[in-house]
Amino acid sequence: MSTAVYERIRKNPKFDELVAKRSRFAWTLTAVVLGIYFIFIMIVAFKPKLLATPIWEGGTASIAWPIGAGMILLFWLLTGLYIRRANSEFDDINSEIIKGAIE
Amino acid sequence: MNRGMLKFAAVALALSWMGLAMAAPDVGQAQKQPLNVHAIVMFFIFVMATLGITYWAAKRTKTASDYYSAGGGITGTQNGLAIAGDYMSAATLLGLTSMTYFQGFDGYIYCICFYVGWPFIMFIMAERLRNLGKFTFADITSYRLDQRRVRTVAAIGSLTVVVFYLIAQMVGAGQLIKLLFGMEYWMAVVIVGVLMVIYVTFGGMIATTWVQIIKACLLLGGGTLVMLLAFSQFGFSLETLATKAVENSKKGMALMAPGAFLSDPVTAVSLSLGLMFGTAGLPHILMRFFTVPNAKEARKSVFVATLCVGFFFTAVAIMGLAAITLVGMNPQYFEGGELGSKLLGGNNMPAMHLAHAVGGNMMLGFLSAVAFATILAVVAGLALAGASAISHDLYANVIRQGQATEADEVRVSKRSSLVLGVIAVLLGIVFEKQNVAFMVGLAFGVAASCNFPVLILSMYWKGLTTRGAIWGSIAGLVSAVLIVVLSKAVWVVVLGNEKPIFPYEQPALFSMPLAFFMAWLGSVTDTSVRAAREKEAFEDQYVRAQTGFGAAGAAAH
Repeated sequence: MSTAVYERIRKNPKFDELVAKRSRFAWTLTAVVLGIYFIFIMIVAFKPKLLATPIWEGGTASIAWPIGAGMILLFWLLTGLYIRRANSEFDDINSEIIKGAIE
Repeated sequence: MNRGMLKFAAVALALSWMGLAMAAPDVGQAQKQPLNVHAIVMFFIFVMATLGITYWAAKRTKTASDYYSAGGGITGTQNGLAIAGDYMSAATLLGLTSMTYFQGFDGYIYCICFYVGWPFIMFIMAERLRNLGKFTFADITSYRLDQRRVRTVAAIGSLTVVVFYLIAQMVGAGQLIKLLFGMEYWMAVVIVGVLMVIYVTFGGMIATTWVQIIKACLLLGGGTLVMLLAFSQFGFSLETLATKAVENSKKGMALMAPGAFLSDPVTAVSLSLGLMFGTAGLPHILMRFFTVPNAKEARKSVFVATLCVGFFFTAVAIMGLAAITLVGMNPQYFEGGELGSKLLGGNNMPAMHLAHAVGGNMMLGFLSAVAFATILAVVAGLALAGASAISHDLYANVIRQGQATEADEVRVSKRSSLVLGVIAVLLGIVFEKQNVAFMVGLAFGVAASCNFPVLILSMYWKGLTTRGAIWGSIAGLVSAVLIVVLSKAVWVVVLGNEKPIFPYEQPALFSMPLAFFMAWLGSVTDTSVRAAREKEAFEDQYVRAQTGFGAAGAAAH
């Protein structure tokens, strides 16, 4: 809890490395999710007919449904991707930094 | 301690007696549905099980940390289920199925808007919330700012969200139970209020979490079962399902594309902003991040919750589409047995009728009991969040300025949850005849405009000062409420005026940027010594947010 330990962590170059890597990864994933989502909302608002395209020629079911489900699935997989890297790479650097600071 | 147990046993006994009394047949009320025995029996089992859990949890709730955050002892998977439970209310099951039933793809769009906040919470917030928070989200916003003032506005924001959300749930509960169980409206509201207070006062966060987990499993299981049974009648083929739905709906091919519901881009964007960032500002959801031991488990919680919510929304959309054929083509679900007249029980009933269509009275009873359980669990989570804002923020840190003992704090919290319970029941009865659909929107709007901007700025922006936080919160709160009051939903529908003063119903697009702007303006013009000190303190907070070092509950490492 002491400021001295925080100070030591802050001075560790690995801390900057961790923050930079993690931030870049997290914001990239956020940008992907928000980007896809807002493109989708814009299509809904301005070009709704596009989503009415049938999946199979001459069929009824529109591509809107699999696109929606695909977005839900993709976003979930992206959270999984984040966890995978966070649990291994980021957590490893993190515990190293803390260990170095309290010794 | 023993007295507490005795009190608990007495209340539980009284309640089970009430339950039995309720099972007595109720004749002569034409408006209500006939008494649903399956539903009542199953609901009774649920209540007994959850009261048992509350008893068990009460014995394990000794410290303030046990009470507010289950001692940080919930695993990621458990917490993920509980978060999903907090998020999926009965309105999700009934409202979104009904929306897909009537509007087709628009219903699924709504689901996606509700859903997309979750990945955002994962990437940007989950770890920091866990690393910085203790019991309430105001712990984070006030981390380096003026405790008293910042906590006061955070508590007001939390309580506003909680009360609006509670009213919506209470009124929904009353109507639903009247309909499904054949019980009086006021009785239903009182039962929900009493059970909610019992869970929260005796069992604190441990009981609330487990009630939420059980409910989430029931809701997921029940929803999946009905969806599979319904989908099997179409050979699990999306094409067959869609063709039949288009054939049998008045809307025809319009079901297959976005329709009038989101035709106004301003509303579409504003609604999606509100749902997305509102999720990240709901006090009862934020509180859940403090129940896990570390950032790793916090991440896992969001992963599990995201899966459950996404899966459930998709199941609900399929249910809605299937109901168009299975319910919409069956005269027994319409008033007077006539196709195309009003749906029995109202427009929110497609999910329930579908359960009956695919599984008979047994399935209807089961899903009704699940819906009731869902409401109970959600109001319990809300009540705990509201009570914590009163006891931990207002009482312990504002009034007593951090001098209150843990026991005092928990006692105040228990009393607050009792008061909240009484208020919720009274408001539920007052609002019986009102259309409260706007209240959930209002809760999300306030969460997105008052809580979220200051929370995210306090974690990410060094420059935020006390003055900025207060300006931002108040601007967000006032503008969100004002916009909703002046919009059609309240100004015309509730207050009976002719024309809305504000043209759009969704506040987030306007109130959220305003809150951010005011928080920025208040901060950059703040040249006080205190402000300089607050900016300096960001460094330590930043290290803790990033590494989790010094975080509550992580001390055991």
